Amino acid sequence: MANKYVGQRVKRTEDPRLIQGLGHYVDDIKLPDTLYVAFLRSMYAHARITSIDVSEAAAAPGVVAVYTGKDVAQKIGPVPCASALPDLKVPDYRVLASDHVVFVGQPVAVVVATDRYAARDAVDLIMVDYDELPAVVDVEQAAQGGPLVYEEYGDNIAYKLTAGEGDIEAALASADKVIKQRMVHQRLAPIAMEPRGVLARYFPGEQELTIWSSTQIPHLLRTQLAIMIGIAENKLRVITPEVGGGFGSKLNVYAEEALLGWISMQLAKPVKWIETRRENIQATIHGRGQVGYIEIGCKNDGTLMGLRYNVFADLGAYHQLLTPAIPTLTGLMLSGSYKIPAIQINVTGVFTTKMATDAYRGAGRPEATYVVERALDLVAAELAMDVVDVRRKNFPSPEEFPFKTATGLFYDSGNYNAALDKALEMSDYHTLREEQRKARDQGRLIGIGVSTYVEICALGPSQAMPAGGWESATVRIEPTGKVTILTGASPHGQGQETSFAQIAADELGVDLNDVTVIHGDTSIVQYGIGTFGSRATAVGGTAVFMAIEKLKEKASQIAAHLLKAEQSAVTFKEGRYSKAAARAAAADGVPEPVVPAGQAPAGALPEPDIDDKHVSIQDIALAAHIARDIPPGMEPGLSATHFFEPTNFTFPFGTHIAVVEIDRDTGDVKFLRYVAVDDCGKVINPMMVDGQVHGGIVQALGQALYEEVVYDEQGQLVTGTLMDYAVPRAAMIPWLELERTETPSPVNPLGVKGVGEAGTIGATPAIVNAVVDALAPFGIRHMDMPLRPESIWRIVNTQS
Amino acid sequence: MIPAQFDYLSPQTLDEAVRLLGEHTDEAKILAGGHSLIPAMKLRLAMPQILIDLGRIRDLSYIREEGDQIRIGAMTTYYEIESSERLREICPLLPETAAQIGDVQVRNKGTIGGSLAHSDPAADLPAAIIALGAEMVAVGANGERVIKADDFFVDLMTTALDAGEILREIRITAPKQGSGQAYLKMPQPASGFAVVGVAVTLTRDQGGACQSAGVGVTGVASKAYRATGAEAALVGSSLDEQAINAAAATISDGVSLNGDLFASAEFRKHLAEVYARRAIQAAASRAK
Repeated sequence: MANKYVGQRVKRTEDPRLIQGLGHYVDDIKLPDTLYVAFLRSMYAHARITSIDVSEAAAAPGVVAVYTGKDVAQKIGPVPCASALPDLKVPDYRVLASDHVVFVGQPVAVVVATDRYAARDAVDLIMVDYDELPAVVDVEQAAQGGPLVYEEYGDNIAYKLTAGEGDIEAALASADKVIKQRMVHQRLAPIAMEPRGVLARYFPGEQELTIWSSTQIPHLLRTQLAIMIGIAENKLRVITPEVGGGFGSKLNVYAEEALLGWISMQLAKPVKWIETRRENIQATIHGRGQVGYIEIGCKNDGTLMGLRYNVFADLGAYHQLLTPAIPTLTGLMLSGSYKIPAIQINVTGVFTTKMATDAYRGAGRPEATYVVERALDLVAAELAMDVVDVRRKNFPSPEEFPFKTATGLFYDSGNYNAALDKALEMSDYHTLREEQRKARDQGRLIGIGVSTYVEICALGPSQAMPAGGWESATVRIEPTGKVTILTGASPHGQGQETSFAQIAADELGVDLNDVTVIHGDTSIVQYGIGTFGSRATAVGGTAVFMAIEKLKEKASQIAAHLLKAEQSAVTFKEGRYSKAAARAAAADGVPEPVVPAGQAPAGALPEPDIDDKHVSIQDIALAAHIARDIPPGMEPGLSATHFFEPTNFTFPFGTHIAVVEIDRDTGDVKFLRYVAVDDCGKVINPMMVDGQVHGGIVQALGQALYEEVVYDEQGQLVTGTLMDYAVPRAAMIPWLELERTETPSPVNPLGVKGVGEAGTIGATPAIVNAVVDALAPFGIRHMDMPLRPESIWRIVNTQS
Repeated sequence: MIPAQFDYLSPQTLDEAVRLLGEHTDEAKILAGGHSLIPAMKLRLAMPQILIDLGRIRDLSYIREEGDQIRIGAMTTYYEIESSERLREICPLLPETAAQIGDVQVRNKGTIGGSLAHSDPAADLPAAIIALGAEMVAVGANGERVIKADDFFVDLMTTALDAGEILREIRITAPKQGSGQAYLKMPQPASGFAVVGVAVTLTRDQGGACQSAGVGVTGVASKAYRATGAEAALVGSSLDEQAINAAAATISDGVSLNGDLFASAEFRKHLAEVYARRAIQAAASRAK
């Protein structure tokens, strides 16, 4: 590959339209005669609905229709769950509640009106009588009994699952030290900049339904909505226009999406709903929500023997698409970057009267990394070892890859010491420790936190996925030489319109501006899986690469034909095929043109530019399109499609080092340094990788210090607006010193691994480790997130 | 996030605004910068039937001097206060406080009059206004009256303004030359409002002892208040560490402390003392 673009800091081609406000998000799409939808949502965490009276709302000015759960129960199928765990309890999750509400924000009724104001006003006119039931809020209490979310189940346990390899009992028994710790991964709200939104339009004549939705998975959504609404899948078109962030929250199938589609079919008019931020925090999936107990065993020299993680997963009231599966990802990644002979996870999935948890940036892996990276610090503290030494001692060496873990994975490639060494050098770690000692003598609280993470990307081989783990691409060169890529990935801010074009421009030797990447329209793009799990480039980008290889094979046959050379004598460089030697034999069997040359219909197209020795791939596309002079029997056109099935996941890794100082009077945490060395394999666009790492670290910092979805004892959402739920702002972010090492993945020909979630996964424990390290003089070895000033102050205040 | 229906009135003069408010006293709210009222309306926590917008009235946005008084129009934005060179010279506490409110967008729209009349218990400007001993000029059907800052903030979201009155102007006696001022706050990370905020203005006599002290506190209780105990402890002292600590220790004496998810009452009490100490130290170091 001639790397004119790949590996370069190419500016994102998406950005001019987005920066100028010229992009089209769902709410920017205006259709005539659109009706607007507003939801009445449960104000109780847990209640029986005894009656609903919509008569006043239905008679209100501008109101076209009001629907309740009873109206749609027989019409719209349940919200799907794609996790098939053994003995999993799957509550019947209806798009509107009929008689039982189980979380604040659950849709109870829907108003359709001529404008969004009328719709919203009419919601206040719906009369619902509730009999309140006890809320089920605390995940551990819920697991043990108490009030039930679903009486019919007899308990609040959705499932139990044990996984891992090795004899954990023997491993812990043989350890010199076994360290135990309870750890809380608090609930987080993903808070995509653009909330969810749906526009649905049904044409009764054509019987075609089009749904514009702010989603990460247009094709999977189409399939699921077709099943829910009962429309033929090929009569349903899902379009994702610009999507303003997802972070996993739009890797789902939501009640509102199905309802809007169904309502449009009832009324034969376009209907639109744009989620408010309040709805977004109530009724878009949450992330994390685990309370776990770890036991880690080690030898006195720091060698790890075994790790057990008993975890209560706060699933919420219903399963969204992947809700029960998230803790299983935690289980897979419990080996971290280390050789741990025995690992066991025991998951108890627990129903609570809250919104469902599901995939949020990292999706189960941040929990695992946090557990392991905190546990390594606990081991270091117990053995009075340096946190770096205990990590290094347990790394597999580069020669040990593919590295088999006791969680059943094979890590594809890695050089953990290289990333660690680079981060230590950048941060001048040993000097930092020296400065820390001096500062402590002066009463200053400085902490250094290290996290040497590994994560799992490129989800994934289809065997490991609920509904296909491959990705698709079609690459074609149009008659004018423009290159069109149709990708089944569904970028929603990541920038693959640029990075896929970089790959194609280099592989085809064309100008970047000649390449257009089309995604997110099920009527244009062949079936695809979507964008999540840091898979778009490693799986979808590879599909693009493989489709290009197919296309070039055909192009090279046409080139040989046009240049009158053997295919083996034709070489491709910088977009042109060249003839190295003339063909020996003359017989190429070209048929005589049906219309004699010169008398062909007047060409609307120019003739391909072919000289004796050279022809560009773009002229070959033209020749293949005109098809007057291509190898006999060959299909016209220049287009290729590839469905790429990866053989394994990829395993990016890196080292993050946070240096903090704590204000002992206020408990405030200030960053002194933040250093990150990430290895995501080969890099297509360093600027975009930096951007992914920046965003990831920011969200990790949010979890470590600020963010928490809080429900009170009545199950009311206390952090229901951005005035209460603290998302980090620019001014709270330290300068991020980023570097990379580059260990190619052997899993795909591009050597790429994925980087969408690395920052979130690697950074959270680095920050918490730094704060705990700062508080080490007070005998502190663990704190639960978010590390609020008050929690820190209590430690300093009560123990100094 | 869609407010309930309301009517919008946009008077051209203050007299007209007062008349309209008189006609619609029970159902109307005054709209200034809108950065507290509009969000509350979007959440339907506030559902006024009528908004009377002061935005079209001329001459409510100004910073001028009259004798030894600084007069600030109620519709003067935070940004105008923050960026006023003259205020930075003669009353730096106001720009220093205004600069710590919200973000740039908020400061470009939010107004001093709107903030004070709203009396949010965690707003920043009330602390400075109390520390400076400002006077509020209210205008109603019966004409104007002047309300002292200490009497202005009555309770949570409640001021001494009558239902038919509009806050027109804020008057501040220009601090003595060489006075030292400071406003320090811990912002709530989500809202940016003050978990605690302490505004201090001090003067020294020729010997360096504290001649006068004004200390306003916000975020701590149901309304901004004057820390009279702290002021008394400072006046006459040499503003040394011991005196400052003693003053700071009294900062929340006699008030009922707020507690919430971010900071319990106990932690707030502690933070108030810390921020009081730091704000007094900063002001003392600036006082000549």
